[in-house]
Parts: sequence; structure tokens; C-alpha cells
Amino acid sequence: MRGDSVFPQLELLLPLVSKPIQYVGGELGAVVKPWESATVRWVLSYPDAYEVGLPNQGVQILYEVLNEREDTLAERTYAVWPDLEKLMREHDVPQFTVDSHRAVGDFDLFGLSFATELGYTNMLTELSLARIPLLAADRDESHPIVVVGGHAAFNPEPIADFIDAAVLGDGEEAVLEITDIVAAWKSEGCPGGRDELLLRLARTESVYVPRFYDVDYLPDGRIQRVVPNRPGVPFRVHKRTTMDLDAWPYPKKPLVPLAETVHERFAVEIFRGCTRGCRFCQAGMITRPVRERSITTVGQMVKEGLEFSGFDEVGLLSLSSADHSEIGDICKGLADQYDGTNVSLSLPSTRVDAFNIDLAQELSRNGRRTGLTFAPEGGSERIRKVINKMVTEEDLIRTVVTAYSNGWRQVKLYFMCGLPTETDEDVLQIARLAHEVIKSGRQATGSKDIRCTVSIGGFVPKPHTPFQWAAMERPEVIDGRLRALKQEINSDRSLGRAIGFRYHDGEPSLIEGLLARGDRRVGAVIREVWEQGGRFDGWTEHFSYRRWVDACAAVLPGLGVDLDWFTTREREQAEVLPWDHLDSGLDKDWLWQDWQDALTEYEQDDCRWTPCFDCGVCPSMDTSIQIGPTGRKLLPLTPVNTGLRVPAGA
Amino acid sequence: MGKPKNQPEGGQAPVVQRVRLRYAKRGPLRFTSHRDFARALERAILRAGVPIAYSQGFTPHPKISYASAAPTGVASEAEYLELGLRERVEPGQLVKALDGSLSPGLDVLEAVEATVPGSLADRITASQWRIELPGVGDDQLATAVAAFVAQSEILVERMTKQGRRTFDTRDAVVHIAAVRSQTRPPGVVETAPCAILDLVVRQVTPSVRPDDVLSGLRVVADLEPSAPHSLRSARATRLAQGTLTPQGEIVDPLEADRDPVVIGER
Repeated sequence: MRGDSVFPQLELLLPLVSKPIQYVGGELGAVVKPWESATVRWVLSYPDAYEVGLPNQGVQILYEVLNEREDTLAERTYAVWPDLEKLMREHDVPQFTVDSHRAVGDFDLFGLSFATELGYTNMLTELSLARIPLLAADRDESHPIVVVGGHAAFNPEPIADFIDAAVLGDGEEAVLEITDIVAAWKSEGCPGGRDELLLRLARTESVYVPRFYDVDYLPDGRIQRVVPNRPGVPFRVHKRTTMDLDAWPYPKKPLVPLAETVHERFAVEIFRGCTRGCRFCQAGMITRPVRERSITTVGQMVKEGLEFSGFDEVGLLSLSSADHSEIGDICKGLADQYDGTNVSLSLPSTRVDAFNIDLAQELSRNGRRTGLTFAPEGGSERIRKVINKMVTEEDLIRTVVTAYSNGWRQVKLYFMCGLPTETDEDVLQIARLAHEVIKSGRQATGSKDIRCTVSIGGFVPKPHTPFQWAAMERPEVIDGRLRALKQEINSDRSLGRAIGFRYHDGEPSLIEGLLARGDRRVGAVIREVWEQGGRFDGWTEHFSYRRWVDACAAVLPGLGVDLDWFTTREREQAEVLPWDHLDSGLDKDWLWQDWQDALTEYEQDDCRWTPCFDCGVCPSMDTSIQIGPTGRKLLPLTPVNTGLRVPAGA
Repeated sequence: MGKPKNQPEGGQAPVVQRVRLRYAKRGPLRFTSHRDFARALERAILRAGVPIAYSQGFTPHPKISYASAAPTGVASEAEYLELGLRERVEPGQLVKALDGSLSPGLDVLEAVEATVPGSLADRITASQWRIELPGVGDDQLATAVAAFVAQSEILVERMTKQGRRTFDTRDAVVHIAAVRSQTRPPGVVETAPCAILDLVVRQVTPSVRPDDVLSGLRVVADLEPSAPHSLRSARATRLAQGTLTPQGEIVDPLEADRDPVVIGER
């Protein structure tokens, strides 16, 4: 029967696998509804291991928003590790939800959230274990509609053959609208079958249905055009923007897992969007405009979330949390409210200035000053102009020294390698900077007990950013620069001892680049990799560069392109990009101008405190910046920790 | 700003009451590891408003001490722990508040105030287990048990943190018997047989766990369930643990705190 639990079959396999608790569910905040009680049934997935997927905010928000509807049920599924996958295939156990252990194939809609393209192979595992045909074209009315979201959905072309639909942008309202459409279609007796349903979704102009678009190619391999092949299907699909975050204070009931996960905290998103304009940052470009949650809503969410969950840590999240117009009052207010309790507050921020340290100081009143992270991103002043990260060397050193002087012993500095126009010299400057930081820090504190860690990530050009036209650097060049940097750091024994060095090699970045800017022809590569055993590509111990290179060599030449063509090739202004028909609101001419500005090292200021620079988002999406200050303050909490809370009826 | 602080200001409130709890790990939640349970309990304590005391220092820890930890995947009706509290509570209310705040399947069953010195762990010298063996027939198990009992030493191997170790699984077994199954346990599919083993094992080092006894049965009698079952999918439940008396009974470790005279009388 549809909706039956497969737990009795699964249970026999659980003693044979590692960390079985991740497959059991039973989280606080999980919702279990009778199958027959709902008209529309969603299964949501973050296609990575449970420990990574469970804390994902996007999935938690949609799960709660959908389950609040009486006519809807939503459950969750995650990628199973290869040990269980093997057993499930041997014993014929299907991909299941962790809430009620129902078969994923039984649901109406299968929603997957992609924060990274490296999850694509896991999607194929989930589809195959769910007994859903891998190719969307092979599915019928008995199969769920496979719909993807998340940042990677801004270019879903590499997975276009495997998905039925993609939603760009914020999901809260989009999932409700999709639910309405599916509910209406079902209540009418499913007229026109799957095709009609997808057509209805496509006509909203905010759900992208790849099958309704044809892609033509030029003889040289570039795209000639992407056009709808059905009447009523829009030429461009627009992203969704949730305005007024105070009206959407989710998650209210965060999921609290039994298994250990990567983030053991209650996370509150204090604003969405960012207009700092860092040119490498896809998140900042595609989530505009800035929409703040007010200080009072943040305070309310923290209070209720902690009471509900029993977490003892709160993270105030956003793309650059120190930029909230009321962040000073938020931090002080929360620090006052939770003074003397064992609740700790954290503010991930990438800003490099003294204000950031003031905030961190407020949040660590109780004394624990273990580490602070700053993200100058680029090693030289020149490259920081290219990427529009406006930090001078002087600012950076002063900021870090201030941190040391105020009791922090450990500072982490985050940089990227492989940026457009980057030279060996730009990367070697990171070592000079780190040396300077330690020297000045020792001078200021009179102590040798200070450290800094240099952490390097590989740059990957992403769609809908000014760097979408840029060529990637080859992995061997990146690896060479990182080796030279390591040598340079250790060239001074005394300073080098105080500097930690962490980096990833260039190969995974190149593959992420292929998937990020690929077109529909890359789908065959993903499938080939998956068939050759590719799983969990975001995990170093599972990722195989060789497998991806071999799959590219096996599949792409027949299509007239290759791995280099997608990654290390610079695009020209006139080229049709695979995602041009997907509208993030950013004006392509503005993006091109910003790319030219990058090449001439010309900086762009933030539109929150300087006039609008016409990126195009607000007028085309009919949105506007929503920021404070509201002028309100957080009031002291009335003590809540008095007396046992005994449930009614106990 | 003066000199950086090396110690947090102020101290933590002292322990004014110690309460000892029995809890169960049931059904699907038997797959929680001990660490999983500990995390879940700490959060449940905060949600339930239990006035838990904390240790001193930069990273204060709640005062919880565990007397036992059932292996991951093994259910239990009898796990024990002790809470240090900074305010007095009524143990019955504590059970209700804490149990109401934990996921169903992690169940707090009873609580008593610690009145007698000495640690809970010292009162635990043996455990009683019940093991369901899907794919094993009653007669098959009875034969294997007879072969087991006839030996004075049965060496088995297990991977431990120190590597592969060989140890005796016979000596620690105080009682072993095949129980005729009246009703089929829930979740066991259709017509597969399901024998049940009743077991009392002394606490020894290295510890002899239910799966070690099953390995022992395999060694002496080639005990192997019919496909698709395996000995690793056997379902073990700890029914009781406590002090083993010369008569072979297991005394509840909370009993001494309920009535200090009892242990002396036995």
C-alpha cells in the first residue's frame, strides 16, 4: 500500500551499518501525519548525509511551512551511505523518509535542495533507490514530480534531464503555490496527466520546467538559443523573493536530532540578501535585495527556539551578519538576556573591522574567546580590488591585532586561490600578511601565545555573478601556488610556527566549476560518473577526480566539447550562457560592466549606503531594500527557568 | 579593557540534591549510541526546566553521571544515571517532566533521591538480557544452548578499540536458556521462526556483550539463522541490571536508596 512504512524491512539492515540512528528519525520537531489526511504529499531532501542535511535551514523551513497546512504532509529523506545503499539494493528496500519510513516513490512531489553542485550524484542515488526513473522523460503519473531548489537551481541545466522542475530563489511562498496547483489538479481528477500538471506549473513563470525548452547549439559548441517549445510557456523564468521576513519567522520548531550533526545549534537568519558586491559571491548576487528581520522578531525567535529545542547555542546567520542595521542592539540585547545562563551566542561574519570585534566581545562576555574568523579573501590589495572586497592591509592588521589585544588567542584568515587575474605574487602576499599579523600581534600583546590559521578555498566561477565569464585556473597551477605559499609561510621559522595552513587542492574545484557553469550536455557526464560509482562528491574521501575526468573523456568529445571548454575557457560578451533564460533579476549588461570593472580593479560600493548602482534586481523583481533601524530594543526576559515543566496530563 | 580574563567570573551553583534515574531505550530508538542519548538528555533537561548543576570552568558541563551504557542497537529496560541538582525537586515530578521532554522510546521510568553513599556503578555486577533471534527455530537454539553450557571455556573474537581481541565468553555467563516463544515479537516478518534467549551475564573486563554470547553459540554449535536473517540482526534487550546475589538474583541498584536496610538483609 502507498504510504506504508518500510521500517520492518529496514530494521533488519540497521544493525549492519554504521551510525544507524541517522536512519531512524524520531527528532524533536518532526511531524508525522496519517497518509490519508493529506491531499498533497511532499518529500523533501537535502541530498547529503543526514549529519549534513538535517541542520539545513532551507529544508527545515519548507518542512514546517508545508506541514502547517492541513491538506499537506511533508517528510524528509537524506542520502544513505554506501554501506546501507548496498544492503538496500540486496534486500530490495526503497529510499525511505526518516519521519514515517514511507517509500519516497509514493509521494506526489520530491523536492531537493542543492546548496552545492557536488550533490548531483547523490540525487541519482536517491532517485534510483526510490525506483523513480532517472530520466524525467521516462516518468509517468505514478511517479513524484521531482523539483529542485537552492542556489544551484539558478543553473539546473546540467541536471535538466533528471528533474521535472526547478524553483529559483526563496521557497516559502513557492512551495505553497505549487501545492495549490497540485491540489487543484488532483481534485479535478488529474486532467492531462503529468504533462498538464507541469504545464500549469510552467505557466506561473516562476517554475522552470526544462522539458518545455529546446536548446540549439552552434557548430563550435556554444549555445545558439534556448526557446520554449510550448505555447504559454514563458521565455524567461523569474526567481522568487520573500519580502517581509518578519511575516515568515521560520523555523519556529527547529528539528533537534538524536544523531550528531555538523551544526548543533539553533540558527536564526537575521537577514537575507547582501549587496556588499563581492564579485565571486553567487549567494550575494542571487539573493538581492537585502531584507532584514527586525530586532524584535529575532529576539522572539531566539527565545522560542531555545525553549522549544533545548539547544544551548544560537547562531545569528546571514551572508554578513555584522551588517544588520541593528546588530549592535541585537548582540547587546541577547547577551543581556542570556547573561548568567549557559547559552552561547555566535555571529559568523566575514567583515574585517573593529566593529566586528566589539560585537564578538559582547557575545563572549562569559570569557570564552577561542577563535575569530576574518575573510579578506584575497592576499594582495590589487586582487582585493578585483573581487571588490574592500579591505586595506592596514585595516586588516589593525583589526587582527585588536582581537589579540582583547584576549583572542587564535584568529582564522580565509582566502581564495585561483581568482581571475591572479598571479603567483598575489598568493604569496598571503604569507607576508600572515607574518605581519603575528609580528604585530606579538608586539601588541607581549606574548608568544597567539596563532593564526590561513585557510584557503578554491575559487569557482558561478552563474549570475560578474565572474560568470571568467576562465578557471588549472588545478596544477593552483596546487603549485599553494605549495609556494606554504614554503613562503615557513620561510621564517619563528613566525611560521604560529601560522596554521589549511587548503584544498584544485581538482574538486575544477569539477564544481564544470557542474556550476555546465549546460545540458554535462548531464551525461554526471550519469556516467554515478554509474561508475560516484557518490558523496562533496566528501574528500569519496570524491574521485579521475572518475570525473574519465567520464568527461568518455562522453563529451562526441558532443563537440570537453572539460576545459566548460572550465578554463573565458566566455565572450555575446555568448549565450546556459542560464540566460533564468532570471535572477540581475541585468546582464550590469554584470558585464562589473566584470570589466573587476579587470580594471575598480571598486563598487554597497547600495545600502550609497546610491543605487542599477544592478537591476529591485525594478525587475518589483522588490526593494528592507532595512532598519526600527529603534526598538530587546527587553529583559522574564525568568523562565523556574520550576519543572511537567506536561499536561502526565 | 583590562587584562584578558583567564577564568570566567562567578561560580556555578553547588549540588544540593542527587537524584538517581532508571530509563529505557526502546524500539527504533535502541539505535541511539550512548553519546546520542547523552546529547538528547542534556537538551531534554533544559527544555524540562530541570535545575541541573554545572561543573566549574570555561566550558561548564551539566552534572550527569552514567552508571551504564547499553551498546548501540541494543534495547534496554534498565539503564541508570545520576543527576546533580542545584535546587531540590520531587523525584516523581522529575520523572514526569523529563520523560515528557524526551522522544518516545527514550523513557524515564523512575527516580529516587540518593541517600546512601557509594556510586551506582559499584552496585552493578550483572545484567539480564533477552535476545530475539529471527530465523532461528526453538529446537535449534535449545541444542546450541546445551552445547554452550557443556563447555567450560569458549573463545570468541571481537574488534575493540585496541584491535582484534580474543576472550572467553563462557565464564561470565551465569544463566543461559532458550525460552519457548509464545507470541511473535512485533516486526518479525510472516512465517520466519524466532527463538528467544534468556541470559544473565556478569560484568567482567573485557565486557561480554550479548553479541559475544551469540558468537559463542556460533563457535560451539554453528548457530546461524536462515536467510535473510543474520546473527547481527538479532534483537537484544537488557531487562535488568544490578547486584548479583549468590542465589543468582539481580538486585535493583536503586533499592538501596529507597530503603537502606534491604541490601544488608540479603
